[in-house]
Amino acid sequence: MALPKAREDALAARLQALPVAAGKGWLAAVRAEALARLTAMGLPARRDEYWRYTDPASLNAPEAPVAHSFDASDESEPFDGMDRLKIVFVDGVFDPAASDDLTLSGVTIERLAEAGSKDIHWAQGLYGVLETRGQDPVARPFAALNSAFATDGVLIHVTGKATKPVSLVYVHESEVSDAILHHCVKLDPGASLTLLENGPAAARLNKVMEVEVADGASFHHIRLQGRDHERRAVTHLFARLGARSELRSFTLTANGRLTRNESVLELAGAEGRAHLAGATVGDGEFHHDDTVFVTHAAEACESRQVYKKVLMNGAVGVFQGKILVKPGAQKTDGYQISQSLLLDEDSQFLAKPELEIYADDVKCSHGSTSGAIDEVALFYLQSRGVPRRTAQALLVLAFLAEAIQEVADEDIAENIHARLERWLARHGSKG
Amino acid sequence: MTMLETVDGTEVREGVDRETIETVQAMAGKYKYGWETDIEMDYAPKGLNEDIVRLISQKNGEPEWLLDWRLAAYRRWLKMEEPRWAMVNYPDIDYQDQFYYATPKSMAKKPKSLDEVDPKLLATYAKLGIPLKEQMLLAGVEGEAEPRRVAVDAVFDSVSVGTTFKAELAKAGVIFCSISEAVREHPDLVKQYLGSVVPPTDNFFATLNSAVFSDGSFVYIPKGTRCPMELSTYFRINAENTGQFERTLIVCDEGAYVSYLEGCTAPKRDTNQLHAAVVEIVILKDAEVKYSTVQNWYPGDENGVGGIYNFVTKRADCRGDRAKVMWTQVETGSAITWKYPSCILRGDDSQGEFYSIAIANNAQQADTGTKMIHLGKRTKSRIVSKGISAGRAQNTYRGLVSMHPKAKDSRNYTQCDSLLIGDKCGAHTVPYIEVRNNSSRVEHEATTSKVDDDQLFYCRSRGMDEEEAVALVVNGFCKEVLQALPMEFAMEAQSLVAISLEGSVG
Repeated sequence: MALPKAREDALAARLQALPVAAGKGWLAAVRAEALARLTAMGLPARRDEYWRYTDPASLNAPEAPVAHSFDASDESEPFDGMDRLKIVFVDGVFDPAASDDLTLSGVTIERLAEAGSKDIHWAQGLYGVLETRGQDPVARPFAALNSAFATDGVLIHVTGKATKPVSLVYVHESEVSDAILHHCVKLDPGASLTLLENGPAAARLNKVMEVEVADGASFHHIRLQGRDHERRAVTHLFARLGARSELRSFTLTANGRLTRNESVLELAGAEGRAHLAGATVGDGEFHHDDTVFVTHAAEACESRQVYKKVLMNGAVGVFQGKILVKPGAQKTDGYQISQSLLLDEDSQFLAKPELEIYADDVKCSHGSTSGAIDEVALFYLQSRGVPRRTAQALLVLAFLAEAIQEVADEDIAENIHARLERWLARHGSKG
Repeated sequence: MTMLETVDGTEVREGVDRETIETVQAMAGKYKYGWETDIEMDYAPKGLNEDIVRLISQKNGEPEWLLDWRLAAYRRWLKMEEPRWAMVNYPDIDYQDQFYYATPKSMAKKPKSLDEVDPKLLATYAKLGIPLKEQMLLAGVEGEAEPRRVAVDAVFDSVSVGTTFKAELAKAGVIFCSISEAVREHPDLVKQYLGSVVPPTDNFFATLNSAVFSDGSFVYIPKGTRCPMELSTYFRINAENTGQFERTLIVCDEGAYVSYLEGCTAPKRDTNQLHAAVVEIVILKDAEVKYSTVQNWYPGDENGVGGIYNFVTKRADCRGDRAKVMWTQVETGSAITWKYPSCILRGDDSQGEFYSIAIANNAQQADTGTKMIHLGKRTKSRIVSKGISAGRAQNTYRGLVSMHPKAKDSRNYTQCDSLLIGDKCGAHTVPYIEVRNNSSRVEHEATTSKVDDDQLFYCRSRGMDEEEAVALVVNGFCKEVLQALPMEFAMEAQSLVAISLEGSVG
């Protein structure tokens, strides 16, 4: 079906501002297919049901809106001091000088820009493949745009148990940088990897990560979206899980003008486990959207979604989560919780937690709550001599704890906890 | 989990006994109200155009303003698109291939009282168990110390056949009559409130209804009056290829109270029939309305042939402070259900409640739920929805809870539970939660499960046999909603749930 005129024009304007995706090798063909997908679906609009609570206009605009770089020097780099393999991107471009050597036992790491020009590559079976699967039943135009125009990224093939985490560090320098990054991670049967991500990346970031977790493999993902106030980001995590495999993904978001994090997971083999969690703190002009789609396509899998948001001074939090249990996916255990703490009258929480179930022997539940901080608890703490501000921070941290618990590494969990504590000391509700 | 056996391709698990499955599968065959009344009818010509709208208006003897209102709705409807967002699949409806007005010939000259009504019509309602004689009581409530009386407005296809207890209600100042009569007798009230809750522009089906609505009921409860008896409307579709488009308007003035019951059935036919109703309720300061529905339209047969397409817009507007509304629905019929009884909580301290049991079996598809729009301060709402799916049915709860910035210190509690019987059916939950202030608390919980093994085990360890245990668990699953129904309806609802899940209900 042809797109309406307005959508066609919006897409044409956006495409015009993008670099021509030339090149040879396997990637060129894959990009052409992605562009065809994008052209068929067009860019999202506020009228789309899937964008009901988040306005995609600033993500659609041909040029990235200006985002002043943010000085976060009063905080140390989050994963400093950890034994890790560091890969640095500045405004979405790989920086070899700042990065470590890309050799790691049990892992091969290549740059998309280089590997893409080969005739044959393992990533052909993954790049754009999970993204395409994720386009049904809901279109995700920014992911298709990413597959067509990604300028950089890494291809990580894990054949054994990685001896240390791979850490992707994003640096934002230009006030108008518009980065499109695409990573692929393939874990062979029994392999395991921890992937860390942190930093603001660019004024506007479009990032896709496709992860294939083979039978018995395990993937642990921790992402810290920093304190940078003006950047915009739309990210997609696409993952397919084999039998008895495990995926855990945790995201901390502190500020940012607009963030839309989509996670699209398919439990394709029996007894797979997927845990998704997010902790979000937002102050002022802040819009954060967690959109999750978990498909149970095999028996006896477990999925867990824990999303917590603390919002103040007009911040807006969005949660769109869905558990789809396909026919035959018996013994599914699906759990989803989305909660928001609104610290003042101006903040908003908009949620659409969905269940779609076609198997009878399942246990699925979701819960969603929203409200102010418990005044009784606050009063109790104050009566014990805890100053109001500190008492509030304590209760907020207790509220976020369930999400942070999903981080398996204790040191990292503690680090996140400490960062949040400092963030809360800096920010307070004016209401 | 042990697979016990297979009944017609449905695996029977422990916890759902064989008889339950068989009974559920046989339910379409058991539709009690599938017979039709052989009666001479007058039809408007088939199809829909401005002349049909004019004809309906003329048949009802309506004033000019109402005809203009209908025509404006019709013209707007032509430009509207049928909504397709619900999780229901059905072939395109040909709006020109049906009748929009059908009335028994004997009703051409309005009978002055029930004594003048065609005995065939009276017999129809007698067979349905609906008492049209004032001395008669609803089945099941005899033998009470003080007999409870229910006034009935009986609607047959496009016209109201008669309304009981009118004189007695009039003594209390209560107006209870068909909407067409209200247009003639109480034009000011109708003009003031019609379309004020569901405007003619509201949605595709409500706009269609605004253009072609035929009879429904009109209720006015004056200030400070507690309606002396329960009011009820019974809708019967009888004619073939005919849509029913009733319109009900209830106005409950300051400090008044009324409990209103609605029932409906239709004959078994191979073709689908359209039912697009609008119910508007206006509740002023300190008033309270209870609206209960047992929806038992013909659901189609076990292969999904025939059945009613039920596209209904129901909304209550709590206009005054401390106004209260309670919707209770038991949805067992219709091939397609598209229905979201809603509450606008405009007055401070107003309250809305929604209790629902939706049972979908065979090829039935139900997409139903509610909207709670909190506008006033300290408003409260509560949603309890129980969905049961069996056969190849799809059952969706769809709801909205919206807390506006000014609705300070408001509360919502939502609980949606789904029960699946068999592995070919589906149960879905699509809630929208929009919180725009922080002093309000919103809680939403949903679960989907099969009959709970732990609960069964507990019951059995107390010496119950399997069947008794299932009966207790399933009864418990629906209890919160059944308890919310007025006694007269609880009887019917319980027996309906029993038909759907016989063998589970001891």
